[in-house]
Amino acid sequence: MNLGLKMLFGVLILAVSCQTREQLNTSIVIESKTAVDSVTGLVIDKNFELVRGQCTACHSAKLVTQNSASREGWEQMIRWMQRDQGLWDLGENEVLILDYLSLHYGPKKKGRRTPLTTIDWYYLQE
Amino acid sequence: MNRSFKKKSYWSRRKFIQTSSAVTISSLLAPTLLTGYHLRASGISQPGLPGKHPDMLVLNDRPWNTEAPAHLLDEEVTSMDRLFVRNNGLVPSEIDPEKWTLEISGESAVTTKTFTLAQLKSDFEHYTYQLVLECGGNGRSEFDPPAKGNQWTTGAVGAPKWTGVRLKDVLQRAGLKADAVYIGYYGKDTHLSGDPQKVPISRGVPIKKALEDESLIAWAANGKDLPLMHGYPLRLVFGGWPASTSGKWLSRIVIRNQVHDGAKMQGQSYRVPCKPVAPGSKVADEDMCIIESMPVKSIISYPRTGAIIKKNQILEFHGHAWAGDQSVTKVDSSVDFGNTWHPLELKLPSNPLAWQHWSGKMKFPYPGYHELWVRATDNLGDHQPMVVPGWNPRGYLNNACHRIAIRVE
Repeated sequence: MNLGLKMLFGVLILAVSCQTREQLNTSIVIESKTAVDSVTGLVIDKNFELVRGQCTACHSAKLVTQNSASREGWEQMIRWMQRDQGLWDLGENEVLILDYLSLHYGPKKKGRRTPLTTIDWYYLQE
Repeated sequence: MNRSFKKKSYWSRRKFIQTSSAVTISSLLAPTLLTGYHLRASGISQPGLPGKHPDMLVLNDRPWNTEAPAHLLDEEVTSMDRLFVRNNGLVPSEIDPEKWTLEISGESAVTTKTFTLAQLKSDFEHYTYQLVLECGGNGRSEFDPPAKGNQWTTGAVGAPKWTGVRLKDVLQRAGLKADAVYIGYYGKDTHLSGDPQKVPISRGVPIKKALEDESLIAWAANGKDLPLMHGYPLRLVFGGWPASTSGKWLSRIVIRNQVHDGAKMQGQSYRVPCKPVAPGSKVADEDMCIIESMPVKSIISYPRTGAIIKKNQILEFHGHAWAGDQSVTKVDSSVDFGNTWHPLELKLPSNPLAWQHWSGKMKFPYPGYHELWVRATDNLGDHQPMVVPGWNPRGYLNNACHRIAIRVE
């Protein structure tokens, strides 16, 4: 591993440990916040406009809404976009964007195989 | 050509090439990107992708990424309106087939050659093959912890009939030096950032794969010009390998004396850990290996999941199976979560690297909720796992068995 990557991981670990309390505090809100923007599909909550503006400048909001990750995972995606995809320095907005993404698009436990869901039952003719 | 990879590795029998971990450091941003004025009204969802079946599932509309629900893939030869789209960049806006050229160059090309589309069609023999294209990330949605990227379920696969010229015939016109090991492609799609200096994707394959009979430079699919979304007017097609190797809007092929180092060849893209890792692990770039042949897999394309049948009604079911560079030798089904497996009828492929059709029928003597699972086995003895296979950071190569829900009343 080169030095740059080591440093990046170091920063990520620090960032995660600092955010644990905040994530615990905000996780209670998830249940009641289900309003979704009809245009982008993004959850409407604090920092929604910011995320819409910054993230959909280059790609569809669907790339956000179909994904889920921890705060660290979202931060890695931002770093990857900055390194390879031309994303700008988000400055002080980065913390706010990560707050929003980790709150509304956090990881979902799936295990090795989930039950089949959203089955649209129909009668199959012989 | 012998297409079996003898090397037995933990990633089934897929073969990998490890290359340097050089990471492309981001080039300077296009100045316009740094201003707030650039934030155009976007992220707007469109009802569907023009030219695609209305039931296709749109995962992303910029860039376009759509997949087929399994039942849409019931045809033996996939219609182009049902073939998944995985774009990395933006579709080129101005295409003039009269002026389109393909350049063959690179440090391991004896000479640089440029062909017009008309020359390709007139100077080389034409071939048509049915070839499976599958996104390396097909099935990504099942990985836990989640992998970033388009959350493909089961539908980023299809097998149209492609028409074009053999890549090897065209490469040999330019000549391959003795040190040639890889080819890389460049296309006319543009980077999402709008930066003309950035290449959205430029991948390739080892020379051995490039020189196979079925490796095509194609201009047609299912007897018609390629649709715009699928690379009109020219693309590569490598059956059985991650579809990202099959470059679209093809304008240049480079013959390389090293593993091609274009966009999305390095870092973590289209790579999996060379050695198995625990779910959620961080893996350094130098420990990631390039995906080559895709693993054995199958889908149940009929009936659509959610079928309600009567007790003792005979359920007929069928689908396709494929195995990267290999062939499928056996397909089995289970309705008891793998306690018992029952062999199904399996057809031979229409040509090497095409998918194969299988079919079965059965009665369900007991009412209630059932699941039909199908498992394919390849000629090397590998079969599909029932659980999601080895976790990897980008969520590639999920070839877990497909299953559908059946209710018996």
